Amino acid sequence: MTTPGRPAEHPFLEIKDLGVAFPTEDGLVRAVEGVSLSIERGRTLAIVGESGSGKSVTAQAIMGLIDRKIATVTGEIWLDGQELIGLPADDLQALRGAQVAMIFQDPMSSLHPFYRVGDQITEAINAHRSIRAKAARAMALEMLRRVGIPAPERRIDDYPHQLSGGMRQRVMIAMALINAPKMLIADEPTTALDVTVQAQILELITSLQDEFGITVIMITHDLGIVADVADDVAVMYGGRIVEVAPTGVLYAQPEMPYTLGLLSSIPRMDRELSVRLEPIPGNPPSPIHLPLGCVFQPRCMYSDRVAGGACLSVRPDLLATAAGHLVRCHLPAEERRQISQGVLNVLAGGS
Amino acid sequence: MTTETREILRVSDLRTYFPVRSHGLIRRVIGQVKAVDGVSFSVGSAETLGLVGESGSGKTTVARSVLMLVRPTSGQIVIDGQEITHLSSKALMPMRRKAQMIFQDPYNALNPRHTVGGIIGAPYRIQGIEPPGGVRAAVQALMERVGLNPEHYNRYPNEFSGGQRQRIGIARAVALRPKLIVCDEPVSALDVSIQAQIINLLRDLQHEFGLSYLFVAHDLAVVRQISHRVAVMYLGHLMEMAPRETIYAAPLHPYTHSLLSAVPIPDPKLQKGRSRIVLEGDLPSPINPPSGCVFRTRCFQAQERCSVEVPPLIEVAPGHHVACHFPVATLPAGVGTARAMPETQPGVPVRRPQPASGQVSSAQLDCLPADGRPDFTRLRPRVRVGRSL
Repeated sequence: MTTPGRPAEHPFLEIKDLGVAFPTEDGLVRAVEGVSLSIERGRTLAIVGESGSGKSVTAQAIMGLIDRKIATVTGEIWLDGQELIGLPADDLQALRGAQVAMIFQDPMSSLHPFYRVGDQITEAINAHRSIRAKAARAMALEMLRRVGIPAPERRIDDYPHQLSGGMRQRVMIAMALINAPKMLIADEPTTALDVTVQAQILELITSLQDEFGITVIMITHDLGIVADVADDVAVMYGGRIVEVAPTGVLYAQPEMPYTLGLLSSIPRMDRELSVRLEPIPGNPPSPIHLPLGCVFQPRCMYSDRVAGGACLSVRPDLLATAAGHLVRCHLPAEERRQISQGVLNVLAGGS
Repeated sequence: MTTETREILRVSDLRTYFPVRSHGLIRRVIGQVKAVDGVSFSVGSAETLGLVGESGSGKTTVARSVLMLVRPTSGQIVIDGQEITHLSSKALMPMRRKAQMIFQDPYNALNPRHTVGGIIGAPYRIQGIEPPGGVRAAVQALMERVGLNPEHYNRYPNEFSGGQRQRIGIARAVALRPKLIVCDEPVSALDVSIQAQIINLLRDLQHEFGLSYLFVAHDLAVVRQISHRVAVMYLGHLMEMAPRETIYAAPLHPYTHSLLSAVPIPDPKLQKGRSRIVLEGDLPSPINPPSGCVFRTRCFQAQERCSVEVPPLIEVAPGHHVACHFPVATLPAGVGTARAMPETQPGVPVRRPQPASGQVSSAQLDCLPADGRPDFTRLRPRVRVGRSL
């Protein structure tokens, strides 16, 4: 379905100036502000950020999961040519699962504990088409087999508590993919899992993506997972995107001081051991009292290099610095690159 | 220095079992979860021993047993020369000056109704110690030392962020100048930029006060950053223990190899071409662990002998202990090449070992506090609600 006036060659998902704000007793929580993104078909975009950065709220907005009674959502979200914001609830319901599906961090709280996993999967089928119970069960069985559940004919009648964490996440993935959606949003899908199980689930998501050609948004705080699965990365901080780049570029030539700070603060097994880590000083900003200028300014080591104190008073824009590479920072591009290469060299040297 | 080699903690053949009870009216003991099953190690003065393992490996139970927060079933625990397993709760009190704990969840580890000053000052009051200059001055000095504003003495935990709360927990733990601090996943609930702050703080405090740490964590990169030696646990047993450089550069146990290969490296150039060992299946039941080597059901090296004979923990090089019949110096061809040679064709499920017959069903396992503390997401809501109806 193409909207008149829009070119046929549009990105699969395009978000324009998304804003989500929750009024609370303490003031307006601006969880997401001015987020613009686009993803091409079949690609994997990782959204990285720490808690409170707005990454999960962005995902929920795409899924239409933000309750309009308690929050205001502004901006545009175009999914395959269709505008999602303002769509009636019934239309959204038809879209969820069939077009976009989501898996969550904790599979135990997203699976219903009273129902057998097979019934939960067939319920997802029935939400979008009417087929015979027997056929639905066969579909569920086949999907459980595809996501690597051993002996699915026995597991299909299990309750969620009878499965391990990794198995539950496989069930969630089976449920998400049962209606052959075009896009999968994975919100910290492996955070609750052990590394060896995480490896299994990441393998699974990548192989299913190759098989079904789905577009994936991977929301995570783990820069290792990003390096593993993503084609492109958007870094979020304080409710906005502060840097977007192809994965290789983001790690080799990050320009936003926050991205650089993240890369220097993680301990890395592939590097010589440094005596001290270089953490980002301070704490993330409160979403109610955001800094007036750049939201990262209070923790930024380089803001005094910007003439006129612009970092303190002017919100920087997300601007292109190279093809596909956008940065939200007042520092001149040349200086950003110099700082970045200096820091990365020190890190690589393991001094 | 003679103090370098002094042992602050020695754990010998520690076993901690939890009873499994039936669901009926008479809750008979029908089995045991062998959470920790014969673990021995020591921690020297001003040394950090990292204890890594996945959930269900028993690492947290080891941590809690060391401080007698759970009573071990058997074995010895010697803290600073004193055997403590036979002591009553009351007799343990003086020992607690020497050994303290930092918990994983900075939200649940602090009483929300107590002020920060009250929380950090509690160890002095409980132990009946009057620090020079008074409790308030001592607490404020501690707050300053761990990076908190001393003026926040009268604030409550909910006014602090996760990283700041962990600093409160650390200040409380170092208040009595203990010799040993058991850190149970102290940074895993924190954001990465805050993690680094806390790791640096723990290191600084170690140097300043000569602290020994038993550092329990699942994040191998974090453990590498802070530990002098590392012990790897699986299903209640130590698999491998070695100096840090050895365990990361030259591991011998197949499980250590798998763990290291599973950690994604934050560098797309390295990570995208990297092969990893994808362990198949899940952790077996600790109620009915596999015979012989507990890791054999998921091991790429497993042979006949592994199912019959429990591999002892042997010192293969100075300080390098391995419990494996077939240790791996270099990975055999075809192992860990999941990326280059995918075992799975599209649409074909991965081959997985079937659970051995006679194993206790996961239903019974899942309602147990397998890691030694009740995990409410694992309780069986269906059963309870059904009963209450």
